[in-house]
Amino acid sequence: MKDRKITLSHGAGGKLSHDLIEEFFLPCFDNALLRALDDSAVIPVQSQRLAFTTDSYVVKPLFFPGGDIGRLAICGTVNDLAMAGARPLGLTASFILEEGLSLEDLTQVLASMKGAALEAGVHVVAGDTKVVEHGAAEGLYITTAGIGAIPDGVVIGSAQAKPGDVIMVSGPLGDHEIAVLMARGEFSLQGEVESDCAPLNGLVEAMLKACPAIHSLRDPTRGGLATVLWEIANASKVGVVVEEGAVPIRDQVKGVCDLLGFDPYYLANEGRLVAFVPEKEAKAVLKAMQKHPLGKEATVIGKVTLENPGKVLLHTPIGGHRLLEPLSGEQFPRIC
Amino acid sequence: MNPHKNQDEGKLASRLLQEITALADSPMRLMEVCGTHTVAIFRSGIRSMLPSGVELISGPGCPVCVTPAGEIDRAIALSRREGMILATFGDLMRVPGSSSSLQEERATGKDIRVILSPLDAVKIAEENPDKTVCFFGVGFETTSPAIAAAVMEARRRGCANFSLLSSQRLIPPAMRALLSAGKVNIDGFILPGHVSVVIGKAPYCFLAEEFGLPGVITGFEPLDILEGIYLLLRQRKEGRTEIEIQYSRVVQEEGNPRARGIMGEVFAPVDARWRGLGTIPQSGLMLRDGFSQMDAAQAFDLPYEEIEEPPGCLCGEVLQGLVRPPECSLFGTRCTPEDPVGPCMVSTEGSCAAYYKYGRGDEG
Repeated sequence: MKDRKITLSHGAGGKLSHDLIEEFFLPCFDNALLRALDDSAVIPVQSQRLAFTTDSYVVKPLFFPGGDIGRLAICGTVNDLAMAGARPLGLTASFILEEGLSLEDLTQVLASMKGAALEAGVHVVAGDTKVVEHGAAEGLYITTAGIGAIPDGVVIGSAQAKPGDVIMVSGPLGDHEIAVLMARGEFSLQGEVESDCAPLNGLVEAMLKACPAIHSLRDPTRGGLATVLWEIANASKVGVVVEEGAVPIRDQVKGVCDLLGFDPYYLANEGRLVAFVPEKEAKAVLKAMQKHPLGKEATVIGKVTLENPGKVLLHTPIGGHRLLEPLSGEQFPRIC
Repeated sequence: MNPHKNQDEGKLASRLLQEITALADSPMRLMEVCGTHTVAIFRSGIRSMLPSGVELISGPGCPVCVTPAGEIDRAIALSRREGMILATFGDLMRVPGSSSSLQEERATGKDIRVILSPLDAVKIAEENPDKTVCFFGVGFETTSPAIAAAVMEARRRGCANFSLLSSQRLIPPAMRALLSAGKVNIDGFILPGHVSVVIGKAPYCFLAEEFGLPGVITGFEPLDILEGIYLLLRQRKEGRTEIEIQYSRVVQEEGNPRARGIMGEVFAPVDARWRGLGTIPQSGLMLRDGFSQMDAAQAFDLPYEEIEEPPGCLCGEVLQGLVRPPECSLFGTRCTPEDPVGPCMVSTEGSCAAYYKYGRGDEG
């Protein structure tokens, strides 16, 4: 397989296309809904409300410490569902393959999609592949979509934050973006930061068990913590106060930020969440998070205020303060 | 991620702030010369803590901001040559020249690479023997020793395809020019610690001796900056006017003679143009005769054209500390980090970008 590569014939819709799916995709994602190979997967649903989302993945390089484009494609969409409090019911995956992509790389990407889907407890129930000529894509692009069922009584949204809410994050911020940046090798940076890329639906389920009345949940992907906080402050018309000293950031991530002039609050994450929780239940939620493997390092970073609606105020360790604005006009590399 | 460090930092900061407040019995206008200080001051919220009498004014110490559009145009002209790889620092990519930027040129297929260390440009030259590689080297005394080392290394490795477009500048001559112009009203200087790692203390002594102004060579942690401000206020209280070193854990009084040695071996001072400040005598660095075959400006016969500042842009006044960024009518409306008009809005260390990002509605 080492020398086998994707050719345009793999995308022609004939025998080779069929073989590609039979040989590579089906064994990997095998499940009853997909196996039918009908034009649509049919999913039975009991829930009153569905969450429905889609996202495309064009990360460069395809492989990086802690993950690859395949793991990202599953986690990203599962996390978008989870941030609505939804339990994922099924995903679709569409692949744009560049002529010349090695089947070895494709196999590795598919294997890690399989692994991530298994972690999330969800199946890829439908898919598509297209092949484009050499140079028209960079290896492969993946688009995933997902639907999920929202439990009764759960109402989570960016506009739901209330004064008094406690704000917590599930772990250190910025690992994903820095891991991808280092994997690109452009800046001859070396280090041992691994992407945080992970499916968060299990963690969210544990949090909702502790408190079904969580107000807002977001995964701070592109734009980072600062942008997510700013969006929630604006959508909910509340103020947000963050204690800078409480925001967990690994020393190595800080170091790279200093070197490149980046602000860690704008770094992308792919396996972290920010939660706005009613004050009364904050302790229980934090405890539930810390018990979960993906929330071991969860911590409180701030609170919601009635004052300064639409603004995010950062208290600095030396006792000063400044405003945290959403990401604007910076050159960040493509990271998801 | 050390909560104890944060607590200690808070205690020390409030003690310094008490001292500062006690000493600030009359107004004191201090210029932080360097963009790294400007950003650190905003990020740590120092402006929001200082008593109203202590005013911080941003100075000309952002290398990208003081690079004239004409020099950007030269780099763009180089990047358009057949078989050319242009290497430069990331901050320069978006700086507008007269009609384009390096980022726009890269989007049209020019081979322009962002590097972190000048030595990376030598490596690129070695890996691409069939191409011509030019390093567009912008920076102050902090970067010049590394650029000099890269030039020496290119010679040692015999990289005949490597050249340097030098756009380096020196801080003390610019400060002299600023003060000689007599327009700016300043009571003291927060001086950049990393520049003094190389040049030491002596090049700043003229501030005190000739202009009667105190200066403190200061580090970049929030506590360093607070201590720098405190030391400046203490000098006034005690009736002293001198150059002090706050950043003594890193800065030696004599600087780093070895780094200066290699700089002097490779570069000679030359009159240089500064955006906003005009031509300042002996404020730039050019390759010495022995290295002139690596001088891109000579090798590629690059003419220099003076470019008018964009109408309405006050970057020149901002760089001299005469105007605060929000006083420019383009600030935040026509000129934003997404669509910058002047260079001070482009660089992450530019005062306009810092005011825009951290300061809106909270200029303390």
